[in-house]
This record gives sequence, structure tokens and C-alpha cells, in this order.
Amino acid sequence: MFAYYLDLALRSFRRNKALTALMVLAIALGIGASMTTLTVFHVLSGDPIPQKSDKLFFVQMDPAGKDGYTPGEEPADQLTRFDAETLLRQRRGVHQAMMTGGSAGIEPQRAGMDPFYADARFTSADFFQMFDAPFQYGNGWSGTEDEKHERVAVISKDLNQKLFGGANSVGKSVRVNQHDFRIVGVLAAWRPTPKFYDMYNDRFGELEQVFVPFSTSRDLDMDRSGSMDCWDNKEDSDDPEGETGLNAPCTWIQYWVQLDTPAQAEAYHQYLVNYSDQQRASGRFERPTNVRLRDVMAWLDFNKIVPGDVRLQLWLAFGFLLVCLLNTVGLLLAKFLRRSSEIGVRRALGASRRAIFTQCLVEAGAIGLVGGVLGLGLALLGLWAVRQQPSSYNALAHLDVPMLVATFVIAIVASLLAGILPAWRACQVAPAIQLKSQ
Amino acid sequence: MELRPILTTLRRHKTASALIVLEIALSCAIICNALFLISGRIDRLGRISGLAENELVRVQLTGIGKDDNDVALTTSDLAALRALPGVRDAIVTNQVPFVNSSWNSSVNMTKDQQQPTLSATTYMADEHFLDTFGLKLIAGRNFTSDELVDWATFNAPNSKVSLPSVIITKSMADKLFPGQQAVGKSFYSWGDDPMRVVGVVEHLVRPSDQGGDVGHEYSAILPIRAPYTVGGNYVLRVTDPARRDEVLKAAVDALKRNGPNRIILADNTMTVQTLRAKYYQQDRAMVWLLVAVCVALLVVTALGIVGLASFWVQQRTKQIGVRRALGATRGQILRYFQTENFLLATLGIVLGMMMAYGINQLLMGKYELPRLPAIYLPVGAIALWLLGQVSVLGPARRAAAVPPAVATRSV
Repeated sequence: MFAYYLDLALRSFRRNKALTALMVLAIALGIGASMTTLTVFHVLSGDPIPQKSDKLFFVQMDPAGKDGYTPGEEPADQLTRFDAETLLRQRRGVHQAMMTGGSAGIEPQRAGMDPFYADARFTSADFFQMFDAPFQYGNGWSGTEDEKHERVAVISKDLNQKLFGGANSVGKSVRVNQHDFRIVGVLAAWRPTPKFYDMYNDRFGELEQVFVPFSTSRDLDMDRSGSMDCWDNKEDSDDPEGETGLNAPCTWIQYWVQLDTPAQAEAYHQYLVNYSDQQRASGRFERPTNVRLRDVMAWLDFNKIVPGDVRLQLWLAFGFLLVCLLNTVGLLLAKFLRRSSEIGVRRALGASRRAIFTQCLVEAGAIGLVGGVLGLGLALLGLWAVRQQPSSYNALAHLDVPMLVATFVIAIVASLLAGILPAWRACQVAPAIQLKSQ
Repeated sequence: MELRPILTTLRRHKTASALIVLEIALSCAIICNALFLISGRIDRLGRISGLAENELVRVQLTGIGKDDNDVALTTSDLAALRALPGVRDAIVTNQVPFVNSSWNSSVNMTKDQQQPTLSATTYMADEHFLDTFGLKLIAGRNFTSDELVDWATFNAPNSKVSLPSVIITKSMADKLFPGQQAVGKSFYSWGDDPMRVVGVVEHLVRPSDQGGDVGHEYSAILPIRAPYTVGGNYVLRVTDPARRDEVLKAAVDALKRNGPNRIILADNTMTVQTLRAKYYQQDRAMVWLLVAVCVALLVVTALGIVGLASFWVQQRTKQIGVRRALGATRGQILRYFQTENFLLATLGIVLGMMMAYGINQLLMGKYELPRLPAIYLPVGAIALWLLGQVSVLGPARRAAAVPPAVATRSV
């Protein structure tokens, strides 16, 4: 029966080429636009670390001075160096790491290569294990190296390729900011998208090229990057480290902790509350206790990780698809009712209403399928255009298998939905009237 | 023109009429909002920076590790750059416009103010800054060389050095001292002591988008002599815009020669015009995208109207024949379909206006967009009325061409 309906549909298409082409084109345009924007949205709103995104938590508390305090507001985004180092020392989580983005001048020891600047991350030992960072050679460093301020480094696959031609470079040294660092590990290809652990540098950028212990980075006063918020604590400081000093009234450190069970998370939250209370009792904190413990997805959500433009484009594309569908509903209605007499004859010859309804839906579905194929082509074209744009996230816009399936599902479901009303009207055709007017 | 027969017919084709009305309404709503978004982006693209943009080039460099000799090196860098042929003036500054990072500081009117009055970006500058950037001083004076403070002295631990003066933009002056002459007044921002406004420049854009639309020109220029290690931006003003690329290359070579152990950040080294083009690329892409969506919407809607109108004409062929036989002129038939379309479009537009406002309310909440100005509504309405009339013309003319003899045939 299905094959017969399909045959009928094809005949109908042939009879009304312009109208059919119009409907296919409308669906294709709508699907092409929505799939392009949906793919970008899908890439940007994905879970960067699905295996443990519900076990990793970002720590926030409110160490700022009383000035400018508004009750009910969110606490500071990041931690002060003092608080981060204290929490790290007390090690209350399964894993924990403090970190900040930065940059490093690298002098290759190969002839003919100029020194260059590379993105760096200054962090503590647990970073690699906590975030499941994949290693090609070697491993991360341990807490001992952190404490001893050792000059060790983990480098990215790209940098290893650049400096050592991709060979195992563990144990070799790399010259960073005019100091020799011993390479302890080389990461495999890894690009968490978005780069969830740091919202204050390029959120969709590539992985940092050099990782060094935070303690070492402070010894060498390496350049940090990202956002830093300072307030006036009314005390003059004679710290030569200035804003990055241990006691500086500035928040600039990201602190992540791994907590495996809800009970652990609950206990850790309580620990943060207690810590904050203690700090206020000792006079360091001036604001009421206000701590946050957000897991990866909640943290990304809080930071509005999907850029406003992308969300706007998504809405726009689906609005457009809706207009295209309304258009298809109208055209299908015209098409089916134009064939009222034919339907009347079929009904008189014994076809049930259900049969007419199914036949019309098959025709609508076929249009959806063809529109979907064409729409897929348009979406590929659209994504190519998106990739030509400058922001780092645009380069990530590729269609994956789930999106490919989604394209056809949306196209067919949409055209079936568009077909329901016209099909229902068609199966209401009274055979007697149609036959009489013949 | 008698409206009643048209209304009666439409009432008999409720579904199809409703579809056309809905399609027009949706298109109208989306197009009104899209046009509004486009105009917002175009405003951004046209922002005045205050800079002599097409005469400026920027070189960014950084040292490798600590440079204890940075102040002396900066002085000799500047001397070398200013001596280059084709260079009118050169400066070093902590930040330049059209990049996504900026130095910002809160501004207070009194020493113990709880909530800051505004947040302004801070440029560190010497007496060459105004002329190099090409800023227009509209009140007061430029910095004098004896009021400049060295960055190292200012930033030292326990430093008691305060800044004697500051130059601000007109936009910031109007916000801080509405209706008054800003020159001579003071505010608190860096350090514990008040800073006195000595000059006001007409425009100077903020580097990043922090502060939104209102604050995009809240810029303060501080009399600080910074070394190249603070931001690392050398900005050169050329005498002839056609020679920018040549000067840029010469500047890079001069800097490499002057202090070898430094890295030129090639990705950030370019003319300020290119810097601006890159900064607004996303906005420009968005404008084209919105325009494309509007055009596609109009085309799809027009084709939908053509399709349904053709169907109606075909369905009513006999009826039209009867009318023609009873004495209706071709013009009357034509106008019948035109009026019908006008009625449907009007209904769609009224509905569309309400939806446009609804969507705008939603966007206002979600994306901090301003309220849709009323001017977009008539624009959208006229566009869709015209669209409807143009699309219906073809089918209506076919209807008018139906010969009266059709009425006598049995089909």
C-alpha cells in the first residue's frame, strides 16, 4: 500500500512541478537555516567532560570588602590566592586544583626558530587527573613538585610537535621565560569544548601549550591573563608581588574540586560555609557568608556559555522554519483540495477516510524527505560559511552523526505536521458532491 | 467596492485564509525585529573612535621573562620609532581600541562613596598621546612633560605618589559633571587622592565592550609614562596613509634591532583600520545574515500568497465566469482579488504588530535589547502590504482574463 501511495505522490508531483518545487524549496530553506544554527548551538552547549561533569565543582565565595555590597548579589567569580592556597592545603575534596591562565615566552633550542609566546596554565598537581587529561608521553607532576616549586612542565601535543618533532620529550628541557623547565608529560590531542575550567580567556579556544606548577609561576612572576577583580582593603601593602601577592585583595584564581557523591558535595558545601564564617570571624571577610558550589554544566550555564548572537540566530532560524511550514501547509491544502474530484472517485470506489489520510501524509512526508536532503546540502553550505567567521568557536561548527539524523527527523516530522491539516481536510471530502459535479 | 461578498467568501475558506494571515503575521513580526537588530548593529559598526584611524599602525611585543632594563629600552624604542621616515609621532600605551581586553577602574565623586558612579577605561599616556591618536581636545589642555609619573614609581609597594591630572572624554565629562565645565573638577579613581581634570577630548572609544552602549566612551587618560612591558603596544601615526604597511614593517625591524630578546606578536601587529575591521567582523556578518533572513522570509511569504491565490482563482473560475457574464468588468474582478489580499494582509499585519512587540519584550528580557521603536511597525506594515499586492497581481490578472463564456460551460 505504501509503495502505491508513493507512486501516487510521484504522479502528483509530476502534475504540479512548480508547486512541488516551491514546497520542497521552502522546507529545504527552513531546514537548512535551522540545522546550521542548531549545529552551532549543539557544539557550543555541549558537555565538555560528560563522564564526570556532575562530579566537578567550581568554588566561589565572597571575600570582597564591604564597599559596593548589595544584599542578594552573586559572590565573586574567582578566589583570592590566599583562599585558594588554603583550600588546596586542607585537601577536603577527592581531587582539587587551583589555576589561572597566563602566557610564557618560549625559546626553542632548535636552530632557525625564533622565540615565541604561548598560552600557559599555572595550576596544581591534580589538574590532569581531575580533568581526565589524556597523556601521550609521561604524566603530570605531583603535589611534591608543587610544594618544592620545581621547574617542571607538561606540554601540549602541538608544542611537542613544534619543539621536538613529536618525539617523546619527557625528561628533556624546555626554556620558558629564560629558565629551564623539565618536561614531565606530553598531552595527547585534547580540546575540551567549551574550555570549561576557565571562563576568562578564549572560552572556545585551543588547549594551552604549557602547564607549569602555580607555585613556580609565582616564583618567576610569569604573566597571568584573564579577569582580575581588586578592591581597596584600606591597608597599604608592601608586597613586592603586588596584585598577585598572597595577601592581595584580588580575586583571580579558578578553583575546582572533584566530589564523587552528593553527600560529599553537601559536606564540602558545609566546609566552605564554615571556612567563610571563620574568615569573617577573623576579620578577613567583611560580607555575609555567600558560597557557591556549581557543577560543570551549572557553571557553564551561569556564565551564559552560548553567545547571545548564536541563541538569537537559533530563534531566528526556527521562526523562519515556522513560516516555511505555514507556507507548506497552505500549499498542500491547495494541492489536495484541487484534487477533490479524484479523491471523491477514490472514496466512492471504496477507499476509506484513513486510506485517503495516509495517502496525503505519504505525499507530505515525501516532500519532507526531499526537502531534508536539499536542506542538508544547504546546512553544509551554511556551516562552511560559519567556519569562515573569525571567532574561535566558529571553527568548531561541524555536522556530526546525531545532527545528521536530527536533520532528517526534523524535516520529515515537520512536513508530516504540515501535512496533517490538509490531509484531514482532504479526507473530509464528500464523495457524493464531487461525483455529482463531474 | 462592495466588501460583503469578499468577506462571505473568506468566511467559507477559513483555513486557507487563516494560514495566509498567520504567515503574514509571523513574517511581519520577525522582519520588524530583524530590522531593529540590523539598525543596532549598524550603529555599532559606525561608532566614532575619535582616532585618526587610517593613519595609525600598532605593533605589539612582549619580553621573554623579566626585563629590568624596560624603562631605558622603551625610551630608545620610542626614539627609534619617531626617527623612522614617514612617521609623524609614536607612543607606547597599555591598551589600544578594537581589541577584546581593557583596563578598567571605578570612578567615585567622593572618597568614601559606597557605589561607584561609573566604570571607566584607563589609558596610560605621555604628552605625545593626543597627537599620535589624533584626538580632538575640546576643552582644557594636554599633559605637560613635568606632570607625568613613572609607572614603576606609581606602582611600587607603599607608593604615595598620586596622579596630578587626568584627561577625560566628553561622554564621561557629561556623565560626571552634567551641565558643568569639567576642566578643574576632580574625581577619585586611581590611588587615594583626587585627580583633577585638565582636559576634555571629543571622542575616545573604549577598547572592549565592557560598559555596554552607554559606557562605550567612558575613557580616562592618565599621565603615566609606562614601559613597553605594560601592555606592549607601540602605536605609530604615519604622515601618509598609503605608506602604512611600509612603516609597519620598518617599525617591527627597528624594534627587533633595538632590543633583540623580545617577541613581536605578529597576530596583533597591524594597521588600526584592520584592527577595527576584525573587531566588528562578527557584527557585519550578523547584519548580512539578518538581511538574508528578511529577504528569504519575504520571498517565501510571497510565493505562499501566489500559490494560494492561484488555487483560489482556479477554484472560482466558474464563479468568476458567472460574474463576468452578469456584467462585471475585468477591472472589477482584478480589484476583487486585490481587495481580498489587502484585507488578509491587514489582518496579518495587525496580528504581526502584536507579535512583534511580544518578541521584542522577550528579547528585551533575554538579551538586554532596547524597546522596539514604533517607527519599525509602519515600515514592516508597508513592506508586507506591498508584498501582498505584488504577489497577488499575477493570479488576479489570470482571474480577470477568465472569459464570460466559462459560465455557459458545464464544468
